[in-house]
Amino acid sequence: MNTRLALNLRALPTYGFGAKALTWWGTLAFIAIEGSVFAVAVGAYFYLSALAERWPPSALPGHWPGSVMLALLLISLWPNLRIESLARAENLKAVRSGLLLMSAIGLVAIAIRFYEFYNLPIKWYVNAYGSMLWFLLGLHATHLITDVGDTLVLTALMFSEHGRGKRFSDVSDNAFYWYFVVGAWVPLYFVIYWFQKG
Amino acid sequence: MSLSEFEERDLRDEDVEGEALTSRLASVWSTPQGLWGALSSVDHKIVGRRYIITAFVFLCLGGLLAVLIRLQLSRAEARIIGPEAYNQIFTMHGTTMMFLFAVPVMEAFAVYLVPLMVGTRNIAFPRLNAFSYWIYLAGGAFLWIAFVMNVGPDVGWFAYVPLSGPQFTPGKRSDVWAQTITFTEVAALAVAVEIIVTAFKQRAPGMTLDRIPLFVWSMLVMSFLVLFSMPAVVTASTMLIMDRLIGTHFFDPTGGGDAVLWQHLFWIFGHPEVYIIFLPATGMVSAIIETFSGRPMFGYLALVLSLIAVGFLSFGLWVHHMFTTGLPQLGASFFTASSMLIAIPNGVQIFCWIGTLWLGRPRLSAPLLFVLGFFFIFVIGGMTGVMVASVPIDTQVHDTYFVVAHFHYVLIGGAVFPLLGGIYYWAPKILGVMLNERLARWHFWTAFVGFNVAFFPMHILGLMGMPRRIYTYQPELGWDGLNQLSSLGALLFFASFLIFLWNVAMSWRRGAPAPANPWNASTLEWATDSPPPPQNFDRIPIVDRQTPLWREDPLPVVTGLAVSYRELVVTSLSEAAPQLRERSPDSSIWPLIAAIAVTITFVGSIFTPWAVVWGGALVAITMIGWFWPKHVSEDK
Repeated sequence: MNTRLALNLRALPTYGFGAKALTWWGTLAFIAIEGSVFAVAVGAYFYLSALAERWPPSALPGHWPGSVMLALLLISLWPNLRIESLARAENLKAVRSGLLLMSAIGLVAIAIRFYEFYNLPIKWYVNAYGSMLWFLLGLHATHLITDVGDTLVLTALMFSEHGRGKRFSDVSDNAFYWYFVVGAWVPLYFVIYWFQKG
Repeated sequence: MSLSEFEERDLRDEDVEGEALTSRLASVWSTPQGLWGALSSVDHKIVGRRYIITAFVFLCLGGLLAVLIRLQLSRAEARIIGPEAYNQIFTMHGTTMMFLFAVPVMEAFAVYLVPLMVGTRNIAFPRLNAFSYWIYLAGGAFLWIAFVMNVGPDVGWFAYVPLSGPQFTPGKRSDVWAQTITFTEVAALAVAVEIIVTAFKQRAPGMTLDRIPLFVWSMLVMSFLVLFSMPAVVTASTMLIMDRLIGTHFFDPTGGGDAVLWQHLFWIFGHPEVYIIFLPATGMVSAIIETFSGRPMFGYLALVLSLIAVGFLSFGLWVHHMFTTGLPQLGASFFTASSMLIAIPNGVQIFCWIGTLWLGRPRLSAPLLFVLGFFFIFVIGGMTGVMVASVPIDTQVHDTYFVVAHFHYVLIGGAVFPLLGGIYYWAPKILGVMLNERLARWHFWTAFVGFNVAFFPMHILGLMGMPRRIYTYQPELGWDGLNQLSSLGALLFFASFLIFLWNVAMSWRRGAPAPANPWNASTLEWATDSPPPPQNFDRIPIVDRQTPLWREDPLPVVTGLAVSYRELVVTSLSEAAPQLRERSPDSSIWPLIAAIAVTITFVGSIFTPWAVVWGGALVAITMIGWFWPKHVSEDK
């Protein structure tokens, strides 16, 4: 078909941040999927609690590991916010330090979660409450591990010859996903440690 | 090559013209030759074609099972298939048709066509696209290998607990079903993400929201349904596997769980699933009607809003599958109302299509013939749908052949007929040849007659009280005649597909070469050669109207893109204003390796929970291989 040249795009940049970038939208779509999984799981938790005479049937789990986790994750929002703006400014040195810090925070969070798994008052095979409790905590743990794994690889990448250009956009998308990991824990925290009936 | 050398040689398409431009772009975007190249391909057209062919293989397998079912039921007390095998066969038929054919084939067409229709060079996240195909293939192979090895599922396509739970189905049959779901849903979710991002961010400059082709709109809404509904069934199937493997009690009432929870989780996915299959088909109908009426679609805005309305409403209907579980009356009334409500946007669509045909000059070629068949069959399915939305009627016909008739009218009429029309419509683009019109008409009439003869009698059988999923019946019930008729119809319907396959095979070998735009259609996929070159377009088009190819003047295009590596245009969400020239990933073997690792993990985890741990590590390693940049120029 006949064509005519109407617009030259030579001057356009080759990568962008936030809603300009494809990966940002991809990340958002995965957040929507995983957010739906959390919603369905919490829905199942309340569904089973509505059928039970007493929920939980035994004592609530101690809130301290969850509370410390909540505090740590909320505090991590600050460096996470910083790393996003440092990535946009393409400040390699500061981004490297920021990634090291975020990796450390993530590893501590995983350690807290495993400590909690070993000390939970109920096992998953005891009753449906135990199953749901482990399911919710496990689901969130999976997200922690995935994000921390991603952060560690990205940290290595930024210390390599690839630490330039488009990779800063990847750093900001990784920070974006961490907001979800933090944001998902807030409702889960209240559901797991403070909701009871009967 | 260092980065500075690379930048020095960074040639743009304004520096090259004509044949030289075409061949340079083709070599940059083409898939390497040989087996390794084929396994590494990330071209959306190649992956889309594989998806389509694989889905049709599963259609044939599922169809063969349907023929077996109909042979067994063609007379009273037939002894062709025993009860155990029969349970497996109808389970495999439903699971194959829903999870391995209907959803994947629609997504396959999206994978092939959406990038072409929005005027870009590859789908967003092309490696994820390749990965999703391998996962889909592995899931389908897993189910069918298990079936052949006599570990096939036998608990129905929705695998209700407690039947599918550890107490009533020991062994691995239920696990095979549940893990097939995980495979296919992972693949479907990946494609949904790609389609959303492609439609949002890779549209040709100037393709504002109100210029997006209706087919793309339908695929976009479908992708959102996938995004929000499939997590429910993945969660449910994971919980089922855990109940069976590590002794959790999600669905076990003796441990504080609940069997009806399964039904809720399944149908929260399962009802949108119907629209995941149906909405893409409406997109095909819109494309065909516009082209064969020769005029722009009547009521474009109403159609887009209807698609979105159907998408939202489809999440509020799931309980009408559960009317007989003893719901509170208010709940039942609410879901009756919402089930009837969804008929309104669906009706709006039908009136817009009729309006377009009325105002245009329809050409009655094969694609339009299938669309007219769709109208007839789907409207009947829709009307029986309004009937079973009412609780008293549903209570009477629940689990009878009336329901079987209803959902085959909806799914085959609503999705398969438009799909077949779509194949006749797009085959020239995909295969580069015209399909034989005479055989197409034979195909249509045998399919139309065969389908109605096969499925209409089932309404009556259902009203006579014939339950679904029974492997035989006694002669004194008086169901023989209608069942025999139905079986004859099924054979004719099956034969229609043989005509279709013959037509495709013959035309592919010896058909007349297809020109770029054989139907005089208006959308961008027809602006390029048939079949399209690896780069799709030599220059990305600019869209200045809803029907960009219906014009006298030359099509405006952009320049300034790279010709030595893969680059495409990223545009803004609503206005489609150019924002970036972004690199598109090259071919890679890593998606296949990652898919193998995921397959090992999924299959392993129905035998031991530790597979999640070591399999997770395996998957992580392959992901690093996938994402680690192979050259500094990729970071640019």
